[in-house]
Amino acid sequence: MADMLFTAEGVTKRFGGVTALDNVSMQIPRGSIFGLIGPNGAGKTTFFNTLTGLYQVDEGKFLFDGKPLNVKAPHEVAQVGIARTFQNIRLFGEMTVLENVMVGRHVRTKAGAFGAIFRTPSARREEAEIEQRAHELLAYIDLSKRAGDKSRTLAYGEQRRLEIARALATDPKMVALDEPAAGMNATETVTLRTLIERIANDGTTVMLIEHDMRLVMNVCQHIVVLDYGKKIADGTPSQIQKDPAVIKAYLGGAHAEVGAKA
Amino acid sequence: MSIDVLLQQIVNGLVVGSVYALVALGYTMVYGILQLINFAHGEIVMIGGPTSVFATKWLLSMGRPSLLALLIAILVAMVVCAVVGVAIERVAYRPLRNAPRLAPLITAIGVSILLQQLAILVFGRNYFTFPELISRDPITIGVVTVTMNEIVILLASVALMAALLWLVHNTKIGTAMRATAENQKVAGLMGIDVNKIIAITFAIGSGLGAIAGVMVASNYGQAHYYMGFMLGLKAFTAAVMGGIGNLWGAMVGGLILGLVENVGLIFVRGDYKDIFAFVVLVLVLIFRPQGLIGERVAERA
Repeated sequence: MADMLFTAEGVTKRFGGVTALDNVSMQIPRGSIFGLIGPNGAGKTTFFNTLTGLYQVDEGKFLFDGKPLNVKAPHEVAQVGIARTFQNIRLFGEMTVLENVMVGRHVRTKAGAFGAIFRTPSARREEAEIEQRAHELLAYIDLSKRAGDKSRTLAYGEQRRLEIARALATDPKMVALDEPAAGMNATETVTLRTLIERIANDGTTVMLIEHDMRLVMNVCQHIVVLDYGKKIADGTPSQIQKDPAVIKAYLGGAHAEVGAKA
Repeated sequence: MSIDVLLQQIVNGLVVGSVYALVALGYTMVYGILQLINFAHGEIVMIGGPTSVFATKWLLSMGRPSLLALLIAILVAMVVCAVVGVAIERVAYRPLRNAPRLAPLITAIGVSILLQQLAILVFGRNYFTFPELISRDPITIGVVTVTMNEIVILLASVALMAALLWLVHNTKIGTAMRATAENQKVAGLMGIDVNKIIAITFAIGSGLGAIAGVMVASNYGQAHYYMGFMLGLKAFTAAVMGGIGNLWGAMVGGLILGLVENVGLIFVRGDYKDIFAFVVLVLVLIFRPQGLIGERVAERA
């Protein structure tokens, strides 16, 4: 078995009488690009919210980096090494592009309020490092020119990339992208694809929750498909494209290949 | 009305206004991060008064030089008030973080009364004399008369406000505070310990309040358990006037309120001084509820 960064075992989540996640298991190999797809309401976001501690699971468990994942406060998710972006962009709009990325560095630094107020040498050094790393990340996503602008003034595709940079600033082992291509035009999607591949090449595992089939099929090495809270398929893109259950879930019957949809 | 009187009242207004501004910052910081109006903040300021009186008296009786005694007393007051502020947040507000917004608001009023009563138990009902550590003798500069105490208050307030703005905009903690204020949930997922940042916000606001309490005590030469009530209400008015949640707003609002009050004194008897603050509050809420500088639509609990 390959080196697994993330494992979900029999995860079940119920809301009243609705079973949003029904005995879902999956494994994500370290360093891979992993796709989680499914029609609207399939449970992708619920899965994600249980993973990041917003909901507690009713049954089952998560393993991350060999240890049980058991988060009680949101900031602990970032601490163990999972960072995320959001389906609807949630940047800090009133802060500058650079500051948004600097926020992500917070979790990897130690100096507290005392150091910040009394300007201890270590706090100063740390703040210089935060800023330098943030500049590097902006260069990485090709947004250096906008560093001083308020993030809400960025174009849509740029805001998406900035969210990814902010997530990367936490030095995650896994970055989870929640529909990063939503609302993007073709050119922006290509830029995004290149960025995702580069992130994985640089050693960060990527979990991609996405509707854009072409992007998912092109970029992911492994895909899990959810429908009505159940896992209906698990395999490589070519396996998924031929899977009758997936085709049925997406098209409501036996039609063309899923890959042709986008 | 002579121009001399006007100038004098402007100076008086700036001194009082800078104290309002310091207190208003405590309201506005907490509001910015929690959307909670911490009505107990006035009482935290009050605690700074008697605490510093007892601290200075004790230090002077130990034979410490007066300036050193004052500085240590300020530090003691800051620490005591910061601890009280953080404790209130932990015990009274945090359990209500997700409750309907009326609940923490009423709790805040309850905490305010509780702190007043505790102050009576701890300090007593008396007026305490604050020793004259910085001269309160009048100095005449041109047509205006001030005291050294007032000059120190004004300069110290400006320095503290500048330091706070700098902290919020240029440090890691400040960035985390702004991120938490803008979106608590996202800030948390980006690795910010939101509870810690909220506690730090209460500590800083309460520390500034403590200094304001010492300033009032030293300026009027006395401190008592009730001194936070009217001061708190006025500073709250100042924060609303500037645009609650906005740091600049609190500062500008505090100064304007101080000026309005003192210039208004030219026209009415001193007994009516307190009316101005509340007339201003009503007018702002009617005509510009988001405040002078506020951008966000003011939400009321």
